[in-house]
Amino acid sequence: MKSIAKKKGPIRQSAGDRTFTIVNTIIMGLITIVIVYPLWYVLVASLTDPVIVNSGKLLLYPESFYTQGYSRAFSYGPLWTGYKNTLVYTVVGTAIALLCTIPAGYALSRMDLPGRRGIMFLFTFTMFFNGGIIPLYLVVQNLHIYDTIWAVVLPVAVSAYNLIVCRSFFESGIPVEMLEAAKIDGCDDFTFFFQFVIPLSSTIIAVMCLFYATALWNMFFNPLMFLSGKDKMPLQVVLRDLVLTNQASTITSSAEEIAMRQKLAEQLKYCIVVLAAAPLLIVYPFLQKYFAQGVMLGAVKG
Amino acid sequence: MDGGKQRKWTLQKVLGSWQLYVLLLPAVIWLVLFAYYPMYGLLIAFKDFKGRMGILGSPWAEPLFKHFETFFSTSIAVNAIWNTVAISVLTLLVGFPVPVIFALLLNQIRHTKVRKAVQTISYAPYFLSTVVIVSIISMLFSANGLVNGVVTSTGEKEIFFTSQPEWFRPLYIGSSVWQSMGFNAIIYIAALVGISPEYYEAAIVDGATRFQRIMRIDLPLILPTVILMLILNVGNIMNVGYEKAFLMQNSMNTTVSELISTYVYKVGLQQAQYSFATAVGLFNSVVNFILLVIVNFVSKKFSDISIF
Repeated sequence: MKSIAKKKGPIRQSAGDRTFTIVNTIIMGLITIVIVYPLWYVLVASLTDPVIVNSGKLLLYPESFYTQGYSRAFSYGPLWTGYKNTLVYTVVGTAIALLCTIPAGYALSRMDLPGRRGIMFLFTFTMFFNGGIIPLYLVVQNLHIYDTIWAVVLPVAVSAYNLIVCRSFFESGIPVEMLEAAKIDGCDDFTFFFQFVIPLSSTIIAVMCLFYATALWNMFFNPLMFLSGKDKMPLQVVLRDLVLTNQASTITSSAEEIAMRQKLAEQLKYCIVVLAAAPLLIVYPFLQKYFAQGVMLGAVKG
Repeated sequence: MDGGKQRKWTLQKVLGSWQLYVLLLPAVIWLVLFAYYPMYGLLIAFKDFKGRMGILGSPWAEPLFKHFETFFSTSIAVNAIWNTVAISVLTLLVGFPVPVIFALLLNQIRHTKVRKAVQTISYAPYFLSTVVIVSIISMLFSANGLVNGVVTSTGEKEIFFTSQPEWFRPLYIGSSVWQSMGFNAIIYIAALVGISPEYYEAAIVDGATRFQRIMRIDLPLILPTVILMLILNVGNIMNVGYEKAFLMQNSMNTTVSELISTYVYKVGLQQAQYSFATAVGLFNSVVNFILLVIVNFVSKKFSDISIF
């Protein structure tokens, strides 16, 4: 490729392209900094003396190492309750979501399923129109699941978008010939699904795990609406109470009062933000191959 | 709409597929309970809902559109509708082109390892929760935070970003773009990878610069994907999530941060005016749905690209 370019008009063209490359590299470098630095700053601030953090200094590394925030965070009871709750909601919720989405995605990928298009339409329609929060709240109450784990995990057990991703995966990944051959051997739909389809589905299961687990881990509003017990609240609600409502109260108090109270509270906030964000940030790079594939599958035919 | 022309519905066929229906069952139960049952609950927008009487037992509103009329007669209505439209149109204008440009530029990086690394980093904010994002905003932009540290070092007076109404939209939109740019770019990056190298080889022979290659090859070839994403985005323009606005809201910025969705939450769940809040939410959904259908129709007509 390069040699052809050289033959044509080497000097002028490569100079223009070189400028482009330099400018592009700078832009990409800036984008990377803009994305990484806020995250890095929070991490560094969680390990730095709050006096330095509160001076609004640009931090590149923990200038005066300070781990009291974390020791306070670890002894802060609601944090552990929140962590435990979030973990339970995420694991149970993801399991239920997979149980609903994977088999349904396969069934809907079968061209010979009577009523396939109609059922698919009913699911797709929910992507563009829904009852809204008040009717959903009334449903949760009518089903007598208010203030239980089910109020958190069941309303999000199926996402139409994820279902479409699944269906596209099975449509392109399971050849019709395979089903026909299995049927000739006397295989019924259950056997085929469990013995042939599931073993071929590790990619889609990984994608679905990541999509559903991220949503459940980060969920804030449904627990706030559908739970009342403080001891049932997930990490995100604990974090909100600590970081954001505290901030709201500082608006009304005097400047000196803020300084006193904030010095102690500030560090804790940074630590808890780090603890809330870290698990997903550590896991996603290992799964990115899968979710990129998942996004593509969803786009094939929405 | 169902039952294709070539496939006849016979009892035998339906019965023969019973195992597939069993596989479908959990999702269908969910669909009935958590998607269509709430839609049935929309009826209360036209009723004076009383908890103990249930949805059917509650009396019809008098007149039927009473709650809608009440909403439109308040000054909050115009303000909330305007705020919703403003924030979503601005988010679309700023947020839609950014992932496209990012994907085009990223695609120009020659070193595979560097390209992959930048791409991986760009996804990171997508995995943060709204609470974490708003927390980070409140930390970085607080009176004694990092950003004000930079502001005061230039000799300016500190700016109260999180409480001043004029900073609500920039922070809301900026953080949205920051969070979703990398993830939204995935689809364009994949479309770019699929472009045949022959196009570039031919372009290089013709002496095209890299910038020309982007404008004449990359952009036209990913345009169908771009349009498809645009339809989806425009069709969701009234669908502004309440989570982030709710979390960023405080008593000083409600003039710009009160959206239809946050208003529904407040009057509905905090003041328990179920029927009224449902009516407001329904108005929002219907406008959004009509918009989606129109955009889809226009696009189908002119570009042959549509979502349904």
